[in-house]
Amino acid sequence: MATARVPLVDYLVLEPEPHLVANECTNCGARFFDRRNACARCGSTDFKPVPVAGAGELRAFTIVHRAAPGIPVPFVSAIVKTDDGTWVRSNVVNCDPTPEAVELGMRVRLTTHPIGTDDDGTEAVAFGYEPA
Amino acid sequence: MTAQISPDSVWVLGAHMNRFARYADRDLIDLASESAMSALADGEVTVDDVDVLACGALFQASGAVGQRIQKQIGQTGVPVYNVANACATGATAIRTVIMAIKSGEAQIGLAVGAEQMGKMGLLGGGATKKEKKVFEPSGRYGAVTGVDGHLGTETMPGVFAQAGMAYAHDHDGVGFEQFARVAYKNHLHSTLNPLAQYQKEFSMDEIMESPMMSYPNTLLMCCPTGDGAAAVVLVSGERLASMPAHVRKRAVKVSASVLTSDPFTEDCQVQPDVNTLTRNAASQAYEAAGVGPEDLDLVELHDCFATAELIHYDNLRLCSPGGAGAFIDSGGPFRDGTTPVNVSGGLISKGHPIGATGVANVYEITTHLRGEAGDRQVEGATVGLAHVIGLASACGVHILEKAAA
Repeated sequence: MATARVPLVDYLVLEPEPHLVANECTNCGARFFDRRNACARCGSTDFKPVPVAGAGELRAFTIVHRAAPGIPVPFVSAIVKTDDGTWVRSNVVNCDPTPEAVELGMRVRLTTHPIGTDDDGTEAVAFGYEPA
Repeated sequence: MTAQISPDSVWVLGAHMNRFARYADRDLIDLASESAMSALADGEVTVDDVDVLACGALFQASGAVGQRIQKQIGQTGVPVYNVANACATGATAIRTVIMAIKSGEAQIGLAVGAEQMGKMGLLGGGATKKEKKVFEPSGRYGAVTGVDGHLGTETMPGVFAQAGMAYAHDHDGVGFEQFARVAYKNHLHSTLNPLAQYQKEFSMDEIMESPMMSYPNTLLMCCPTGDGAAAVVLVSGERLASMPAHVRKRAVKVSASVLTSDPFTEDCQVQPDVNTLTRNAASQAYEAAGVGPEDLDLVELHDCFATAELIHYDNLRLCSPGGAGAFIDSGGPFRDGTTPVNVSGGLISKGHPIGATGVANVYEITTHLRGEAGDRQVEGATVGLAHVIGLASACGVHILEKAAA
């Protein structure tokens, strides 16, 4: 039997192909990943789910060497702007965590990886961005 | 440029900060009371003259710190506002008093900022969920476990590193060396400030080779945690005009007092936008004061991390647009440069007891405008700007001017 899998966050959809889904304001087009009460830009309360492009550009990063206990370091924290103009925060993965390997402006694409299993054997899956 | 006393103006009458440090033998109320009493004495008034008290102590925001100060220095029954606004808490306390004076409800007010953090260590990040490990979605993002470290960083050195790197993405001439030079400057400046938590010069190599916290911020590019308090007494122009000449001469005009929050930007959902609200606050403050960035003799800005200071050169328009890297490389913000920035040593070396910070930088500007800053005095200073920002976000900007002789 296949291992049960859950996405780390509800805006990550694993099937059929992993991708992010944003709540898009139907009035002004602003995109959000969290549950919304209203749009922070225009105040509208009507949203629709939209798929987010998997490819994008690395707009900012930091290489974290000091973090809270239990968080493995170093890792590369990233701010990505996807090709459809959506801003995403995640990690750069499959890349050395060094200033030499990570470049501002580099092309990246969405990928997923397991981050752990709970007491019921369910596997949590996170997303990251790898150099494209 | 010096200011005249109009009735509807607001002035700093007295100011004080204690040395930022780690005080094992004194509590928050000791530190805050000392600053409050010293600021009153400095302004030659007493607690009985005070019509309103505003107090900011972020980590004890629900602890009625303002009233606990009153119980040490004078329970006069005046209204107390305990405020909390992240790292802009102190500036918010000052602005609260200014609004009370401008409204006509008060003639003299006391603003106190204080914090006791000790060795608190890394701030931000690491929030985890319940111990029994079952992956069930909860919260606004439907997360099944903590996301810090999996979906980027929530630590302060990392968040502000990314803010600096976003600027480096958009503009040439900005990199690790420019960020390090900011820290070099502030550590150097702090050697002249006896109130700074640290007063030690470090070489560029020492800064760049100190332990990496969150690239490009090394340990020596991050502010420390610590304890401290600062207080200012504010007075209406109407009341000041009736005070003795030697008191009026030391008063410093509040030419602008601005508080902003962050307006919507496309990227603010995933990274705090510390730029737009600072730009807005600066524009409003320059307009209210009738001065421009070129008129500033000194600036105390919110250098919680070296990456933050660099981008605020641009946000406060101290450099040409996009030119923050060239500005630090040319020596512009050094104490002998075109616009001295953080001659106190800044948060990086003076320290950052959070609630105290936004009051302490007004103390610093005030002290220079009075010509009382000792070894670190910026000679002939008549106009200065104090800036703080707290994430979520809140930005406070105050522009101060020397009184006409």
